[in-house]
Amino acid sequence: MRLAFNPWMAASAVLAVTALLFPLGAGEIPLAWFDLPGLSVFVLAFAAACAWLARGKIRGLPLGLILLGAVFIGGAAALYLLYRAGAGGEARLGFWLFVFALWAAAWCGLDAIAGFASLNRLAQRGVDLLVPLLFGCWLVFLWEAVTVGFGVPQVLLPSPSMIAVRLAGSLDILAADFHQTFVKAVISGFAIGCGSGFAAAILVDRVPFLKRGLLPLGNLVSALPIVGMAPIMVMWFGFDWQSKAAVVVIMTFFPMLVNTLTGLNAAGALERDLMRSYGAKYWQTLILLRLPAAMPFIFNALKINSTLAMIGAIVAEFFGTPIVGMGFRISTEVGRLNVDMVWAEIVMAALAGSAFYGAMALCERAVTFWHPSYRQRR
Amino acid sequence: MTIEADAGSAPVPGLVSRLFAGHLGPITVVVLAIVVIWYAGAVYMNAPRQIEVFNRAQTDWGAADLIEGTLAQDRPILPAPHQILVEMKKTIIDKKITSKRSLVFHAWVTLSSTLLGFVAGAVLGILLAVGIVHVGALEKSLMPWIISSQTIPILAIAPMVVVVLGAIGLKGLVPKAIISAYLCFFPVTIGMVKGLRSPDLLQMDLLRTYSASSWQTFWKLRWPASVPFLFTSLKVAVAISLVGAIVGELPTGAQGGLGARLLAGSYYGQTIQIWSALFTAAALAASLVALVGVIERLAVRAMGGRR
Repeated sequence: MRLAFNPWMAASAVLAVTALLFPLGAGEIPLAWFDLPGLSVFVLAFAAACAWLARGKIRGLPLGLILLGAVFIGGAAALYLLYRAGAGGEARLGFWLFVFALWAAAWCGLDAIAGFASLNRLAQRGVDLLVPLLFGCWLVFLWEAVTVGFGVPQVLLPSPSMIAVRLAGSLDILAADFHQTFVKAVISGFAIGCGSGFAAAILVDRVPFLKRGLLPLGNLVSALPIVGMAPIMVMWFGFDWQSKAAVVVIMTFFPMLVNTLTGLNAAGALERDLMRSYGAKYWQTLILLRLPAAMPFIFNALKINSTLAMIGAIVAEFFGTPIVGMGFRISTEVGRLNVDMVWAEIVMAALAGSAFYGAMALCERAVTFWHPSYRQRR
Repeated sequence: MTIEADAGSAPVPGLVSRLFAGHLGPITVVVLAIVVIWYAGAVYMNAPRQIEVFNRAQTDWGAADLIEGTLAQDRPILPAPHQILVEMKKTIIDKKITSKRSLVFHAWVTLSSTLLGFVAGAVLGILLAVGIVHVGALEKSLMPWIISSQTIPILAIAPMVVVVLGAIGLKGLVPKAIISAYLCFFPVTIGMVKGLRSPDLLQMDLLRTYSASSWQTFWKLRWPASVPFLFTSLKVAVAISLVGAIVGELPTGAQGGLGARLLAGSYYGQTIQIWSALFTAAALAASLVALVGVIERLAVRAMGGRR
């Protein structure tokens, strides 16, 4: 096997060695590497390991796993430098070069792991999950290093650790907001909006005239800024969750209508002719052929709507709300410059949104398992 | 095309049936129906308050008075379409466009940040797609995060982004444009990844037999093949870019923009003002999408496409 020189690893080694030449922090007592002999030895070892790996003798998954471990320990060392050794807020070139060295190693490791291909489905699945997870962990680490290292004001961008502390400390408030916005407004609005959109599509589908008239209009309405209806809905339905649910209903109705209408036409002419030759009634054709064929489109709408619903409910809360709810909390805490609380709400909204989306995607996989996009492996 | 061809071969149909065979007839009927329902709804929803007004003035009133009154209220619960159109004429045509009360002024404020964000988002989206298509590790590591980035209700936290960016001195156009760009890049990335991968294996193999570099493959095959995908996603992107700009204007005390107009209207109960801002936003969205459609047709024709 040809040995392939790995430029990323070489870069990592060079960066790590150069880092040792520069000061670490510039507090009242400037911090340098020779103040921390243990860490300096570790960085040297890291650089040496990288230089050795750069020869390309080890590659693929083993390389990835070795680097994963090295970067993990290196990241811990960087965090130690920030919090314990006092480089936080005043980090200098030496620290950042070390972070860059870690970055190069992390990228290389990720690349090596991502290149893993196996016929074993479980192993492949695990690696495919691992790569984005590691990437996410790296991003969070980078975020932490930058915010703490540069001493970014908390108002601008709090560090992940700060957000986590705030999140853990105010679970009761977050739970109340979640209940108000998600459980009450989003779920009910989503159910009503998608349900009525679906029912309307079935009705409209029976009248070709209406279908020709409504489909282009529905497409147009889907492109319109419907969130703007929020103040009107608040005026009509009051401040509580009903008005938010109403916004969600009108936001989710049209994507559902349009997608279901398109989906009902998705069954091929051949299959339809077959049903006709069996003498199938309208309802039989609908339930046995056209609805299953429409399912990918319907789930597409459900997935689009799951994010739209969250947005609609939270935006509607900007226009008036009782003193609970995610949108309310975001707008008031911004006013008080409690940005870490806002970020805690954002994390929760993102988790709820992802879980909602993920639930829809799982249902889709279970219902439309026959679809080529799932049958085919990559 | 097919409809015309069918009509030509069949015995010549009457004007009415020909009109209704296409899209124009049905759309007109549906729109008319919506307008009629709207008027009925306006009468129904505004009636209680109108009856109250009549009773307070102790005047006798009949059905005609009631209908007339409900359609001419100052702050109706649901304004009638003609009231909105009158307000739009007043604020779009009659006012000078430099005036703070001119909807053209507000629409321009929103449009400028929409376009800035749209361009930035589209460029970012294309770059990401190019990276994803060419670097294997980037696809595996980045793609899931790009998808989950959209489950964060950015639109809902847009006001916060605007406030925070305002705190470091980024004011006016840029924060709104950033929100628009964040919303925009996603459909462009997804569409372009699909588009850049759309050349089939045979064509890719042909270029390989020519020993084309990946740079040449990109410009001569992948990029032209992705153009239809690009424009489809651009149409989606421009629409949500406008939404992002409007929401970005909402709670920041922005002085101009359709979003500020919506918020002011909701504070003072000026329903007609809200609706006219909404109509303007809708018209703006429709014309932006149409504009992208026109550019698409021009581009496809210039590239010698057959569409």
